[in-house]
Amino acid sequence: MVVRTLNGVAGEFRLDIPAILKDCLVSALIALALAVFIIGLRTTDGSGGLGLDFRWQAVGIAVVGVFVGRFLLNLWWARRTPKPKVATAEQGVAASAAEAFKTFVKVAAPMAVIGAVVLPWMPFADRYLLDVSILVLTYIMLGWGLNIVVGLAGLLDLGYVAFYAVGAYSYALLALYFDLSFWACLPLAGAFACLFGILLGFPVLRLRGDYLAIVTLGFGEMIRVILLNWYEFTKGPDGLSGIPRPSFFGLPFTRRVPEGTESFHTFFDLDYSSLHRIIFLYYVILVLALLTNWFTLRLRRLPIGRAWEALREDEIACRSLGINPTNTKLTAFAIGAMFGGFAGSFFATRQGFISPESFTFIESAVILAIVVLGGMGSQVGVVVAAVLLIGGTELFRGLDEYRMLAFGGAMVLIMVWRPRGLLAHREPTLKLSPAPTGGGPP
Amino acid sequence: MSVDGPPTATAGTLLAVEHLTMRFGGLLAIDDVSFDARDGEITAIIGPNGAGKTTVFNCLTGFYKPTSGRLTLQAGSGLFLLERMEDFRIAQQAKVARTFQNIRLFPAMSVLENLVVAQHNKLMRASGYTFAGLFGLGVYRHAEQDAVELARYWLEQVHLTARADDNAGDLPYGDQRRLEIARAMCTEPVLLCLDEPAAGLNHRESAELNELLLFIRNQHRIGVLLIEHDMSVVMGISDHIVVLDYGRKIADGEPAAVRNDPNVIRAYLGEEEDEALPPEVARDLALEQGPADGGDDAGGRA
Ligand SMILES: Nc1ncnc2c1ncn2[C@@H]1O[C@H](COP(=O)(O)OP(=O)(O)OP(=O)(O)O)[C@@H](O)[C@H]1O
Ligand SMILES: [Mg+2]
Repeated sequence: MVVRTLNGVAGEFRLDIPAILKDCLVSALIALALAVFIIGLRTTDGSGGLGLDFRWQAVGIAVVGVFVGRFLLNLWWARRTPKPKVATAEQGVAASAAEAFKTFVKVAAPMAVIGAVVLPWMPFADRYLLDVSILVLTYIMLGWGLNIVVGLAGLLDLGYVAFYAVGAYSYALLALYFDLSFWACLPLAGAFACLFGILLGFPVLRLRGDYLAIVTLGFGEMIRVILLNWYEFTKGPDGLSGIPRPSFFGLPFTRRVPEGTESFHTFFDLDYSSLHRIIFLYYVILVLALLTNWFTLRLRRLPIGRAWEALREDEIACRSLGINPTNTKLTAFAIGAMFGGFAGSFFATRQGFISPESFTFIESAVILAIVVLGGMGSQVGVVVAAVLLIGGTELFRGLDEYRMLAFGGAMVLIMVWRPRGLLAHREPTLKLSPAPTGGGPP
Repeated sequence: MSVDGPPTATAGTLLAVEHLTMRFGGLLAIDDVSFDARDGEITAIIGPNGAGKTTVFNCLTGFYKPTSGRLTLQAGSGLFLLERMEDFRIAQQAKVARTFQNIRLFPAMSVLENLVVAQHNKLMRASGYTFAGLFGLGVYRHAEQDAVELARYWLEQVHLTARADDNAGDLPYGDQRRLEIARAMCTEPVLLCLDEPAAGLNHRESAELNELLLFIRNQHRIGVLLIEHDMSVVMGISDHIVVLDYGRKIADGEPAAVRNDPNVIRAYLGEEEDEALPPEVARDLALEQGPADGGDDAGGRA
């Protein structure tokens, strides 16, 4: 064993070179076994049918790469492990981190809201930035909605996109068939999604963990397949187009105005600009998202919110305290789904066109990733994660097919760095006031 | 001798367990057990490991559905047939609270939150099933203040006031045990079932626990069912002891009587004194023909 000592203050720093080499060798062998078939063999479309090509060079690069990478990783681990910690010091660090987090939220949250409100009036706010912001806000709202189900109630839901789809199609179909306005449809779409949440909730009440995840995944796919195949009603893969755009208290955002009516720009005596509608949509989603947040923060402080969190912590203990687990889970599903439905109708009115393609599993995965990366149950975490993931992938659009690679890489890095999510700190929903008023119950 | 037989429900009987049987496949975990628990008394259930004590609790609190038997709870609020009720309704309506052998707190929630969650049903009603609470109506605010006061009261009783805002999971083991009892008391039960509350406690903590249990019995006049291995706790504070062994009741009575019951000494207390001859063997010897093959039967116990 080779023992090397770095500067005395940091303590001993041990490198067990033979063990590391063995570990690297094993990794390289595994890589070799996999690479021979996956990378080494390649089918070619020759003149006489399919032929096989051998790419030994590529295999060699892969194996050496794994060996070197594993070696570096081992060095990194060795650097991190010898950290003598004193319990009190650690507690002190945890406490100060909690304090720092509190001040951060106290300062950053109102700043972020103000920033979001004034954003459209900034000189750099062009159409592209606003479009991206609308997208990010939609995902923030979806993340907050899913946070109720996953973060608070601890029910792993992989089919959240189903409620987004139900909301979008509810609005589109109601508007197209019954000529209802966006503002009339919004609550209806929420109610429909809520209903579907309960519908999904019933069969999965007894399931948890992996089983629950699989059933919800199936539910999400089911909704998409129904939308895809019920052609007479939903126009299947063709999608629904011509979905009405929202109006500003009855004033449409159109350039041409039919005789005798007014539109937004004629009423306010402005020059027509397509940006008006974008800005309006931006504020609509901002208000919807903030409403979701306000609602969730309120619920967290009510008995129902605490029961959700208790259910996440220990269902058996909840039962022993007389909490009805059925009702508690169903309300979590229903309320989470409702916000998904609101976001869905917004999506439909913004796009003007929807098809089942917009509601694939990858959407559920992205929303779940936002919740998990942000730190389960953390409202601020959802914002940070949505900005990073959605805004980030938009920024990396130039990378083309490497964009998803960057996305995945970023997720892995975040999970290595902060396994419990970016902002996993949880504040109690109520504190014991210092002044004891004395005199309890008998 | 056991004092078995059809129980006569006398005044003050809170819980009557009659002919309770619980079968898991081929295993008879509880075999025709009957006993009573009275208001304002501590009834201890003791017995060797695997005797079926926790299973009795699980039947009482609805986590298991008994194979047969009747569990009647007669409290001021009415008469409940517990074997027919769902687990959470037993806690909600019949007001039976329990703790668990392996502590079940809500570890990521604060100590105070643990105690407030226990008052869920009361608060749920006060919040108008969330609708009124959402808009911060006064009714709910008062109810929440009352809930916090009740929590503060029990925090003081279990000496955890200083840790009210810490996460329950961060408490030391002994504190977690006491917090679980406080949480159960916050449901304002008529019957409190404690599953080995002294397990893992040191001497001082164990003595404190005795005091807490006596306080609960004397000040709150509720019935307490207590599963415990620690004989200093059991003999010191219980009014009435039920002894189980292999799912059967082998003794039932006052501590002094149970302590001297030959069945109990053989099956339970005698384990330490009579190392050479396992109780099962001793019983077999007494019941069957001769002492010839007692050695083989000794392996049956474990
Ligand atoms: N859910 C179950 N399924 C199958 N067998 C069970 C189940 N629960 C308990 N048992 C069995 O019933 C018997 C009684 O178990 P129980 O947990 O009631 O014992 P106990 O008296 O509480 O013991 P301890 O002192 O170790 O806690 C044991 O043999 C146990 O294996
Ligand atoms: Mg037990």
